[in-house]
Amino acid sequence: MWRFIHKWGSPKWFYTTTGPWLPWLWAAAAILILAGSVWGLAIAPPDRFQHDAARILYVHVPSAILAQACFAAMALASAIFLVWKIKIADMAAAAIAPFGASMTFAALFSGAVWGIPTWGTWWVWDARLTSMLILLFIYFGIIALRSAFASRDSGSRAAAILTLVGVINLPVIKYSVVWWNTLHQPATFSLTKAPAMPASMWLPLLVMVLGFFLFFTALVIARVRTELLRRESRSRWVRALVEGDAGGKRE
Amino acid sequence: MSSPLESSRVSLRRAFAAVLKRELSLRFRRRQDLAGPMLFFALTVTLFPLGLGPDPAVLGALAPGLLWVAALLAVLLSLDGLFRADYDDGTLEQLLLSAQPVALLVLAKVIAHWAVTGLVLSLFAPLFGAMLALPAQHWWALAATLALGSATLSLIGAIGAALTVGLKRGGVLLSLLVLPLYTPVLIFGAGAAQLALEGVAIGPQLALLGAMLAAALGLAPWATAAALRLSVAG
Repeated sequence: MWRFIHKWGSPKWFYTTTGPWLPWLWAAAAILILAGSVWGLAIAPPDRFQHDAARILYVHVPSAILAQACFAAMALASAIFLVWKIKIADMAAAAIAPFGASMTFAALFSGAVWGIPTWGTWWVWDARLTSMLILLFIYFGIIALRSAFASRDSGSRAAAILTLVGVINLPVIKYSVVWWNTLHQPATFSLTKAPAMPASMWLPLLVMVLGFFLFFTALVIARVRTELLRRESRSRWVRALVEGDAGGKRE
Repeated sequence: MSSPLESSRVSLRRAFAAVLKRELSLRFRRRQDLAGPMLFFALTVTLFPLGLGPDPAVLGALAPGLLWVAALLAVLLSLDGLFRADYDDGTLEQLLLSAQPVALLVLAKVIAHWAVTGLVLSLFAPLFGAMLALPAQHWWALAATLALGSATLSLIGAIGAALTVGLKRGGVLLSLLVLPLYTPVLIFGAGAAQLALEGVAIGPQLALLGAMLAAALGLAPWATAAALRLSVAG
C-alpha cells in the first residue's frame, strides 16, 4: 500500500509509466465515442414520444455524469494532496477542474437545447438544472481561486480546501434544491422516473458514458504529464529526456 | 517573552472569552463599520419597492424572499472585514502562533461577527418587513429564520474570507466562492419565512436550519483555520 502510494507520487515513475498507456487510452476513447455516436444518433430507435429529439440523451447524460464524477475525483485528489502533499494529486486536481466545468456547461447547454422541443422552454428552475448551475459556479470559484494566488503552492492548497468544502456542501445543495422545488410546485417534469429504456437505447448510452470516461482519463493524464514537465523542468531526468529527444536518441 | 508552556497556562475558556471581548469592543468602537451592513440592508430594501412598484399585495407576498436576499448580501458585504484588519496589523499571525486551538479562536471571531451583523439584521428585519407590507404576525418567523440562518452564513463566509484575506483584490472572488455555498441556507431560510406567510407551521424548517448551523459549527472553523494558515504563510 505505502509503496504503491510512493510510486504514484514519484514524478519520474508517473511520467515513464503512463507514457505507453496514452495512445491506447486515446484510441479506445475515440473508438467508443465514435461508435456510441453513430449507434445512438443513427441506429438506435427514435423515442416513441420525443422522436429524434431524444437522441440528445447520448450527449447529455454522459456529460452530466462526468460533471459530477469530475468533482468527486477532484475532491479525492485534493484530499490526497492536503494529507500526503503529493504534488501529482494537485496537478490532477488542477487538470480536472476546467474539464469538469466544461462538462457541466455541456450538460446544461445540451439540456437547454433538449428543453426546446420537449418542454417548450430553454430553462426551468427545475431542481436538477439549478443544482447543476450551482455546481458550475463552484467549479468557476475553484478555478478562479487557484489562479488568484501569486505563489503556486498557496493557490493549490486554497483550491484544495475549497474543493473539500464544496464536496461536503454539494449533497446539501442538491437535496435542498430538490426540496425547494417540490415545496413550491408539484414537479412538472420528472427526470428521475425515466421510462424503462430498451436495450437498443441504453447500450449505446453505456458505450458513450464509457467513452467519455476514457476521454477524461486520457486528457487528465496528458495534462498532468505536461504540467509535470513544466514543474520539474530543472530536474535531471527531465533534462535528460528533453536533450535525448533533441539529439534524436529516442529509444 | 513567554515560553509556549507558560502561555498554554491560559485556559481555553479565557482565551476564547478574550478574543470574543476584543472583537466586540473593536467593532463597537468603530461605529461606522458597525452600521455598514445595516445601511446596506436598508438601502437595498428601499430599492425593491422602487423596482417592483409600491403595491402592498405584491410587496407583501415577496417580502420574505426579498428581505432574505438583502440580508444575505449584507452579510456577504461584511465578510471582507472579518479578518482584513487583523491580517494587516499582524494580529492574525499571533492568533495562529498561540498555544490555543486556532479553530476555537476563529469561532470566537465568527460569533462576534454574527452578533454585530446577522443578529442585528434579524432584529431590525421586522421593521423593514413592515415597510414591505409584511403582516405583523409573521415578523417573528422572519426574525427567527434570519437569526438562525445568518449564523450559518457567517460560519461558511469565514472560510471564504480566510481564503481571500491574503489577496489584494479579493472582493469579487469572495462572492464567487461564498454565494454558491449559501444557496441551501437561503432556500430553507427564505422558504420557511414564506411558508409562515402561507400559514404553515415552520418547525421542521427551523430544525433543518439548526441542523445546518450545527454542521457548520463543527466543520467550518477547522476549514477556516486551515485557510488562515495558508493565507498568512503565502
